[in-house]
Amino acid sequence: MAVREAEPVGSLNEVKEAGLDREDLLGIYRNLLVTRGIEERGHILYKQGKIPGSFYTGRGNEGAAVGVATAMGSEDVGTPLHRDMGVHVTRGVEPWRIFAQYMGREDGPTRGRDGNVHMADARLGMIAMVSHLPAMLPVAVGCALAFRIRQERRVAVGWFGEGAAARGDAHEAMNLAGVRRLPVVFVCDNNQWSYSTPTHLAYPVEHLADRAAAYGFDGVVVDGTDVLAVYREAKMAIEKAREGGGPTLLELQTLRMEGHAVHDDAFYVPKELFEEWAKRDPLERFRTWLRENAELRDDEEEETAARVKKILNDALARADESPLPDPATLLEGVYATPEDLDTPHHK
Amino acid sequence: MAQMTYLQAISDGLRVEMRRDERVFVIGEDVGVYGGAFKVTLGFQEEFGPWRVLDSPLAETAILGACTGAAIMGMRPVAEMQFADFISCGWDHLVTVAAKQRFRAGTPVPIVVRLPSGGGFSGGPFHSQNPESSFAHIPGLKCVCPATPEDAKGLLISSIEDPNPVLFFEHKHLYRRIKGEVSEERYTVPLGKARIHREGDEISVITWGAMVYTADEAAKELEKQDVAVEIVDLRTVMPWDREAVLASVRKCSKVLVLHEDTRTGGFGAEIAATIAEEAFEDLDAPVKRIAAPDCPVPFAPVLEKAYIPQVEDVVAGLKALAEY
Repeated sequence: MAVREAEPVGSLNEVKEAGLDREDLLGIYRNLLVTRGIEERGHILYKQGKIPGSFYTGRGNEGAAVGVATAMGSEDVGTPLHRDMGVHVTRGVEPWRIFAQYMGREDGPTRGRDGNVHMADARLGMIAMVSHLPAMLPVAVGCALAFRIRQERRVAVGWFGEGAAARGDAHEAMNLAGVRRLPVVFVCDNNQWSYSTPTHLAYPVEHLADRAAAYGFDGVVVDGTDVLAVYREAKMAIEKAREGGGPTLLELQTLRMEGHAVHDDAFYVPKELFEEWAKRDPLERFRTWLRENAELRDDEEEETAARVKKILNDALARADESPLPDPATLLEGVYATPEDLDTPHHK
Repeated sequence: MAQMTYLQAISDGLRVEMRRDERVFVIGEDVGVYGGAFKVTLGFQEEFGPWRVLDSPLAETAILGACTGAAIMGMRPVAEMQFADFISCGWDHLVTVAAKQRFRAGTPVPIVVRLPSGGGFSGGPFHSQNPESSFAHIPGLKCVCPATPEDAKGLLISSIEDPNPVLFFEHKHLYRRIKGEVSEERYTVPLGKARIHREGDEISVITWGAMVYTADEAAKELEKQDVAVEIVDLRTVMPWDREAVLASVRKCSKVLVLHEDTRTGGFGAEIAATIAEEAFEDLDAPVKRIAAPDCPVPFAPVLEKAYIPQVEDVVAGLKALAEY
């Protein structure tokens, strides 16, 4: 079970075979723009002092996140991380709630209890990440275990980074998933830098996906800047898991195009590396592909850009109206009540 | 009613709940074919099948992380740590993920972690600990420490029903030593309600788990000297029954806080502080604490005896209070 390096996606026909029509492609394009737009606007909010704490973006990872999320079924679940805003956007989290989250407002998914991308809408099948990475991998495996026990045709997607792959959680999660052939897909956002630590100090093999063989399942290396290749490989892995074929480890290769967080200027990343990967910007790459393969017209592009701008403007305005959380409610929810079990998952 | 050991009562509670609620499943090391290191789940795999009684790899993080994920997906996992000591390997998942998920993200995590804990039989530093105070300190977790077979069953069922992560500390020294009448029906014992193990009005002992029996033997000694000792069995350390403790303190006016865990930062310190804050005016003597010394649990029987509070230690403490 040697690791496989995925081919890029070529023609529109190939894409149709993978299950996407032209409307879907325009939807992916819009989600990519919204994802980047949210993070760019967030960055401005941060500079304006409207976001407490720190601020993280996934610039360069938009294609990887949107590609995987597009391949997930509506009943599938996942544990997206701080570079995976595109997952939240694709799953349908309203942008105004994300801005409210950034600003610690009452209408953010965590009601100001947690910050930045530490959020999820359970109704959309997402589970909120914690800072300790890759702690969400065993959680994703547990979701898959529940599906297996109940014999549901659902799949869990667990995200992690190449840096966090050094921690034992990754091993324990993949080992348990491999032993039980659980319906889970492990997605490694390999953005080459774990804060300031490069990959050769994080793992000693050529591809992180090489590890999959040790757990008895397939590993695939994918160009994470190619949203369509990511979609195709994620779709194959998810459907394989759904059919009882067990886990897959997808390694999505990108470059983290900004610092670890806003305070970090990433001086340790060679300038040439940024220049090289800037040419592979996932948005530009997909826009060019759409123009060359799917007859994306100027008017469609303009219309999409205008629509995204309006979505973001409206979202910012609405988020700004969201109240601050009431300190009198501080202790709410430290312990769950039986009524809290009235969630989509527990019904 | 039937005579059951503490261990049989736990087993019975788990079986009753698994028969009633198909969302309940068991996962842990050697819990399936082998029936668990202490045989709590003996015969479970035959009755419930291999996907509701799962032998896991030797991986506490995977067990507890998977329980969290499964619970969020609507299951009611019951994990077994082979020994409570090994929960340190899965600390992150309980404390970082499970304990905070409801508060942060609105997602309840109803899991039970069964923890064979406590010493008394030369288990050494890694098979004897009582780590309840470490977890009682974590907002979002509940800690249950039954002393009797009847409570063990009823509290386990309540723990499984509870929408929070619950740590269920089963004292290994009680497993086969303690027997009692237990209803074969399903019943619950509420979390957070203490039990008066023995009534008295001169000195109140606040304790839980195996120390309830140590206190009981000591109380019998004091009775010979006409000192009436009351024993409050907390049953659950988080939440803990402040009202019952304060009522007993007010009645007796002298109090001994007793636990098998180490002294500094042990849960007894929280109880003593609360008594000092809330019932200072009712006290006729300083609050006394008896606990293990600040030391890892030793192996050699003579050392372990010096470590775990013994009946004579408690007798001495009670006498000192009586004479104060």
